[in-house]
Amino acid sequence: MGAISGQGIVVGILATGIRLAAPFLFASLGEMFSQRSGVFNLGLEGIMMMGAFAGFMTSLGAGSPWLGVLAAIGVGAALGLLMAFISVTMQAEQGISGIGLHMFCWGLSGLLFRVYLGFITSCKGFSPWHIPVLSHIPVLGPILFQHNWMVYFSLLLVPVSWFVLYRTTWGLKVRAVGTTPQAADTLGVNVNAIRCQCVVLGGAMAGLAGAFLTVGQANMYADNITAGRGFIAVALVYFGRWSPMGILLGSLLFSMMNALQLWVQVLGISFPYEFAVIMPYVMTIAALAVAVRRVWAPTALGKPFRREAG
Amino acid sequence: MKKHTGASDSLLQVGVLVGALVLALLVGAGLILLARASPIAAYKAMFTGPFSGRYGITESLVKATPLLLIGLGIVISFRSGILNIGGEGQMIAGSLAGAAVALALPGWPAVALLPLTMIAGILAGAVWGGIAGWLKACLSVNEILSTVMLNQIAFQLNLYLIRGPMIDPQEVAYGTGCPQTALLPRSIWLPRIIRGTRFHWGLVIAVAFAVLVYVFLWRTTIGYRMRASGAGPQAARAAGIGVENYQILAMAFAGGFAGLAGVVEVLGVHHRVLEGLSGGYGFSGIVVALFGRLHPLGCIPASILFGMLTLGADMMQRAVSIPAAIVMAIQGLVVLFVVGSDLLIRQPDLLRRRLRMVGPSIAPAGGAAGGNKEVNS
Repeated sequence: MGAISGQGIVVGILATGIRLAAPFLFASLGEMFSQRSGVFNLGLEGIMMMGAFAGFMTSLGAGSPWLGVLAAIGVGAALGLLMAFISVTMQAEQGISGIGLHMFCWGLSGLLFRVYLGFITSCKGFSPWHIPVLSHIPVLGPILFQHNWMVYFSLLLVPVSWFVLYRTTWGLKVRAVGTTPQAADTLGVNVNAIRCQCVVLGGAMAGLAGAFLTVGQANMYADNITAGRGFIAVALVYFGRWSPMGILLGSLLFSMMNALQLWVQVLGISFPYEFAVIMPYVMTIAALAVAVRRVWAPTALGKPFRREAG
Repeated sequence: MKKHTGASDSLLQVGVLVGALVLALLVGAGLILLARASPIAAYKAMFTGPFSGRYGITESLVKATPLLLIGLGIVISFRSGILNIGGEGQMIAGSLAGAAVALALPGWPAVALLPLTMIAGILAGAVWGGIAGWLKACLSVNEILSTVMLNQIAFQLNLYLIRGPMIDPQEVAYGTGCPQTALLPRSIWLPRIIRGTRFHWGLVIAVAFAVLVYVFLWRTTIGYRMRASGAGPQAARAAGIGVENYQILAMAFAGGFAGLAGVVEVLGVHHRVLEGLSGGYGFSGIVVALFGRLHPLGCIPASILFGMLTLGADMMQRAVSIPAAIVMAIQGLVVLFVVGSDLLIRQPDLLRRRLRMVGPSIAPAGGAAGGNKEVNS
């Protein structure tokens, strides 16, 4: 971690913060599409767990973290499909189905971990890619340009999501079915199809977020490795007011908090470690209380769409 | 989550519940195969275990006790149109507060200390739940998110207290590496109903509360207003009901029950607070509430059923070494199938109509489940 002094610590915290933002970005940007289309997917935490497990096992078995990432995306998309079927097709209450999905994934990942692994081991992961020239810039280089590809990719997804949401026909349809599904339906948009696509996309990205935790960061798997990040990712969508830029800001804020918390532990400052862990959750609640005003929410969020006779 | 009266409706509801359970167990069988074991042997151990003599039956009831208490609280909140996902954290808050009071007043006579301990647990749980209710009512913070965050906070707070300020002095002296509080005074342990087992009076307390909750929700004005707030906030508001206040109250009640579950678990089973005391009960309480069709009395058989499943999973783990985590996966599937089949209960003729491919729906818009209302409130 370099010299533990003055600038070294600050650079360390900022660099760690950028890295820790990646899983929040993947999961929250995916959830943003889901919520923009009107579906509140609370199963994110569970999908992340399964993504983390699938990514780890595949990387361990096949020796390729790339295959691990693909497996995690696949598993996430499949779980997203399950959520889409329950909440969109069967029009179930979304908050409770999300918790059901979370419980299912939680139990399943615990089961598979104990059966197939049972102990903590390490797998192949991605090594950092130091961007030529830029990574040599003092201070900024180590903070921004010495990460692995997944970190750069997560940051790249912010403008990409913005473009897709605001500048493509599909993005327009997503926003339409999330705010005025009846009108969108009248115009010939298949509301439930768009919603299913968004939930599957959200699931795939949550799986990717899980893979980041195993093959992108720790190169190992532990039970309950997600540690509530999936729930925070859902909250970040509210905090970011359903916009990519807001989500970027929120993710950075929270990952910096986490980085600070980690460095407090590393430096051995006498401060109860549990309180350091609590901080991001307290921050989340406070942020939700301050930042959220309903006017920003997609108006059809949480409401199943049913075609009524005129 | 809508009122139903006709006999065929009740039959349909029971059918859907049984179907959801059977379907979940079938998928569970697939998971057992994935875990390289025989589903038949596994399920045999799981379903005969709870009936194998005194231990099986009493332990199932021990596990049913916190499930029933938490389930009752969740029924109250869901009926009032607010979703309580925070049973886990509320249970921890209750167990910690109860233990703190009991440990702080060691010399007190049991007649005073036992009720004080329980009240402390209920109050702590009620505050933990009430915070989420207040945040929702006053600052429109989504209660699902806030309760989830409060769960994590309670979890860490528990670790801090049992490793630090509330750690067992014995633990410090001899150190077994297992953080926990000291044993609570023996005088306030809940007596065992059957000697030689862990079956304690908690279940009797819980069943009594189930009846009370039923009377409260259907025979009192406050209960009526709570249900009205959940059934239709717009209509309730038009009728002069302060929906927000009743939602805060409902969350406080829900938290209080979860807190009581925590205290009862401490006083009846562990006699101290330790790590992992809540062990998923908060989430399983949701399954019990849904399976009891959001009816307090329905929660009684539902909690016993899931108490048996939980114990059965433990016994399965010992018999065929399938991790007991599978029961959480199965419960998750039960939740998915129960809420997923809600449409069939709301519109029983929907399936038929879809199969016949007859024009658009003419059924009235069914009363969507409570949580759907949160965005328009």
